[in-house]
Amino acid sequence: MSIGLFDIMGPITIGPSSSHTAGAVRIGLVCRMLLEDEVKSAKITFYGSFADTYHGHGTDKAVVGGLLGFRTDNEKIRESLRLAEFRGLSYEFHTADDPKLHPNTVLIEASSREKTVRVQGASVGGGAIRITEINGMPVQISFVEDTLILFHRDAPGVLASIAHILSSNGYNIGNLRLSRTRREGDVITVVETDVPVDGTTAGQLCSVESVSEAVVIPHF
Amino acid sequence: MDIPSIDYLLDETAKNGQPIWQVVLREEQSDSGSSQESVLERAMVTYEVMKNAAMSGIASDMKSVSGLTGGDAAKYYNYLRNHKSLLGSMESRAVAYALGTSGYNAAMGVVVACPTAGAAGIVPGVLIAAQEEYGFSDREAVYGLLTASAIGGVVATRATISGAAGGCQAECGTACAMAAAALVEVMGGSPRQCTDAAALALKNCLGLACDPVAGLVEVPCVKRNGVYAVMAISAADMALAGIRSFIPLDEVIDAMYQIGCAMPSCIRETAEGGLATTPTGLAAKRRMF
Repeated sequence: MSIGLFDIMGPITIGPSSSHTAGAVRIGLVCRMLLEDEVKSAKITFYGSFADTYHGHGTDKAVVGGLLGFRTDNEKIRESLRLAEFRGLSYEFHTADDPKLHPNTVLIEASSREKTVRVQGASVGGGAIRITEINGMPVQISFVEDTLILFHRDAPGVLASIAHILSSNGYNIGNLRLSRTRREGDVITVVETDVPVDGTTAGQLCSVESVSEAVVIPHF
Repeated sequence: MDIPSIDYLLDETAKNGQPIWQVVLREEQSDSGSSQESVLERAMVTYEVMKNAAMSGIASDMKSVSGLTGGDAAKYYNYLRNHKSLLGSMESRAVAYALGTSGYNAAMGVVVACPTAGAAGIVPGVLIAAQEEYGFSDREAVYGLLTASAIGGVVATRATISGAAGGCQAECGTACAMAAAALVEVMGGSPRQCTDAAALALKNCLGLACDPVAGLVEVPCVKRNGVYAVMAISAADMALAGIRSFIPLDEVIDAMYQIGCAMPSCIRETAEGGLATTPTGLAAKRRMF
């Protein structure tokens, strides 16, 4: 396994806890990036240690800061709850218990004007995260590589079209993982590339029949 | 960087006649595709953030979000200015900067998680104090940071750096090992001396519980950073004297992981045991929530 120098000597983050603050910011940020728009409302459910200590660790401010688009080193995170009200983001916090989940898990149901996304993620230490579910489908995404997330229908040849577009635009696929609900149902395909996929290529991917969305999230 | 073991790291240094930091730089360059110079520049920025956190911490008596901690770094720094401390000038300043960084972290200040935010004071505390004592450049200090990162990277790969998974030995223990190796590096020690210092440091952190009051990174975390900064300096000094670790670092890391897995969950960041459930710890939690 390879680990980034600046993941060990970093991230640069506001305190007090890399798992309860930095990791939480990053999970919130993933929602913001998946929506590709301002977040208007969010229902945030904390599990395990997050549920027990979110107030004292500022995990609430951290998640909302991420939803507002703040990076882990943004000092405005301290004021994020107030800023959220000012920016028209309504939020609510809940706690729940599920011993099967990692002790630092959060489920975020976030909506923009047009879209809704449901993201479950765990903060696994030192600011590292693992997104475990998107829209109810199991995934494994850590964003240590540049990542392309494709939402599409299960149909023959979709993957071939995706691979073709990526290769003809010069992108190397480092890793690829599919998750589908059922035959001919919804699919999320997560592709790790060596460099972030550009907007033109993402547009071409969206024009493939059955593909509804292509979201590029560079390593962060 | 793709460094699976300390053995591999030492082999690489021997093969190329390079110090650890150069191996790290090469690995990071091939992994990230950035030039060595841009990696070093980013590391310099990281070191600046570390200094800012340490200085902000000693300069202010701001309280943590919960109100449990705050002001200890300023108190210790004032004591140093007006008294002859028991520790020597470098060790006492390492304590001040480690306390400062950790206090600033608890108050939601910007720090470098190294390897985690809870243990963020140890590496900068030791390195900044050594720089003041011996007058080396920021760039040389950054070489120490790179060497520290190699140690932390191997721990994260082979074991864990999460208190919830392996107890505080995985966080402050790893940070202590990283700081010891960094210090040997900047003092001109050999790669083997760097890893011996790290092994000596980590061995003496084995079994350390993560049992913070109310589950917050404050009690005992803030002051622990100060104490473990001094431990890192002792380990580095012994290694520089040529003292070897009887157990090699890879095996110490594996032992740390094994101990972490064997720890009951009540002392792995759940606040269900140890200091967290002392009468005083529980009373503090009740006052807070």
